[in-house]
Amino acid sequence: MTDRPSFREALERLESIVRELEGSDVDLDRALALFEDGVRQLQVARALLSEGEQKVRRVLAEADGTLVTRDLDV
Amino acid sequence: MGGLSLFDGIAPTDGAWSVAQVTQRARQLVEAGFDRLWVRGEVTGLKAYQSGHWYFSLRDRQAQVRCVMWRMDTQRLREPPEDGTEVFAEARPTVWEERGEFRLTVKQLIPTSADGMWQARLERAREALARDGLLDPSRKRPIPPYPRRLAIVTSPDGAALRDIVSVVRRRWPAVELLVVPARVQGETAEAELCAALALAGRLDVDAVIVGRGGGSREDLWAFNSERVARAVAAAKVPTISAVGHETDVSLTDLVADFRAATPSAAAEAAVPDRGAVLGLVNGLARRLAGGLTGRVDLATQRLDRTADRLASGAGGRLERGRSRLDALGAGLNALSPLRVLERGFAVARDERGQVLRHVGAFTPGARFRLTVLDGDVPARVEGGP
Repeated sequence: MTDRPSFREALERLESIVRELEGSDVDLDRALALFEDGVRQLQVARALLSEGEQKVRRVLAEADGTLVTRDLDV
Repeated sequence: MGGLSLFDGIAPTDGAWSVAQVTQRARQLVEAGFDRLWVRGEVTGLKAYQSGHWYFSLRDRQAQVRCVMWRMDTQRLREPPEDGTEVFAEARPTVWEERGEFRLTVKQLIPTSADGMWQARLERAREALARDGLLDPSRKRPIPPYPRRLAIVTSPDGAALRDIVSVVRRRWPAVELLVVPARVQGETAEAELCAALALAGRLDVDAVIVGRGGGSREDLWAFNSERVARAVAAAKVPTISAVGHETDVSLTDLVADFRAATPSAAAEAAVPDRGAVLGLVNGLARRLAGGLTGRVDLATQRLDRTADRLASGAGGRLERGRSRLDALGAGLNALSPLRVLERGFAVARDERGQVLRHVGAFTPGARFRLTVLDGDVPARVEGGP
C-alpha cells in the first residue's frame, strides 16, 4: 500500500504536531516548521476525505496463479 | 475347541468353569468379533451420573441393548439426549464381566435428525478450534481505523456485497474494495470460500470481510465449516465476519477478529464515518492555527520589547523579524482557507492559480488575483509598465 498516502499516518502526524505546537517550549523556527508540516498533513487528509469516486474491483486468479483485477459494477 | 485356542490362557479347572471365566471369555469373544460400529436406535432410560458416565439403552422395535458412555466421551457433548431421541451411536460391543451383561461402549452419540446432526458436527468443530487456541479472545486484533483497501470474500451477485458497497460509499469512499468471489452456499461453497480466503491473503489489503446475507440454517452452513473457520483464522490481516443472522453465531464469527451481525454492520465496522472524521480534522486544523498564532503573538511581544530597547540600532533585525511574520501569515492562508479569510486575510494567486508567498513573487506590473471571503478580486502589482 505504498502507492497512496496513508490517512492514518497523516492524522497521527498532525495530532503530534498540534500537541507539540501547543506546548510551551517551542521556539519560533520550530513552530514555523511544525506548522508547515501540519499544513501538508492537512492537505493529505483533506484530499483523501474529498475523494468521491469509490473503486470496486473484482479479483481473479489466472491459470498461472497471477492475480488480475477488473472493475465491478455494484 | 480348536477355534478358541486364542484363549488358551483361560481354561476350566476341575472340569468346571468359574462364572468369572465364562464372562471373561465371552467378553474376549465379543470384542474380537466386532469392529467399532455405528448403531442406530432410540435412547431410553438414560442416567447421567455425577461421575460423568452415562448409562442408557438403545432400542428399536425388535430389541434393546444396554450402553455405557464414559466421562471422557460424554464431556464432548453439551448435555445428554432426551429419552426417545433417535441417535447414531459409534460403539464397541463388549461384555460387562461382573454382570455377565452384553453392552455397547459408546464413543460418540449423534442425533439422527438433521438439526441434531449438524449441531453435533458444529460442536466437534468448535472444540477442535478451541483446542488449537483459535477461539482465544486474546487473538483478536483491532480493525485498522482508516483502511485504504479492503478485501471482501462473498458472492459477487449477493445482497451482502451491495449492502457493503453502499454503506462504504456513504461513509468512506476513499477506500478501495477488492471483491474476491466465492459461492456462499451449496456443495462447493466450503472449497470456494477457502480458496477465496487464500487468494485474499495474497492481496495488499488492510482487512478482510467475509460473509453473506441472511438465509436458512442450511444456507449458512459453509460458515460453520471447520475448514473455512481455519482459513479465516489464518488470515494475515484482521478479519470481519458478516453472516446475516442475528441469533445464531457461526464458526467464522467465533474465529474472526470482529463479528458483525449483518454485512452492513460489517461495513460500518470496517470504515470510519467521513463526517465524523472531517470534524476531527477541522478541529486539528483550528488547533494548528491557534498553536501557531499563540507562538507568533509571543514572538511579536518579544520583538516589540527588542525594538523598544534597541531603538534605531536594531532596524535590520527587526526587519528580518517582520518578514518572518509575513511568511507566517502566508502559511496561515494555506490552511483551511475560508476560516482564515473570515479573519480578514486574503490569498494572492498568480494567473495559474499558484499562491504568491513571497515579495519576490510579485513582479512589478504583474496581474494576480486576491481571494477574500466572498470571492476574487483582480489586482496588479504597482510600478510596472
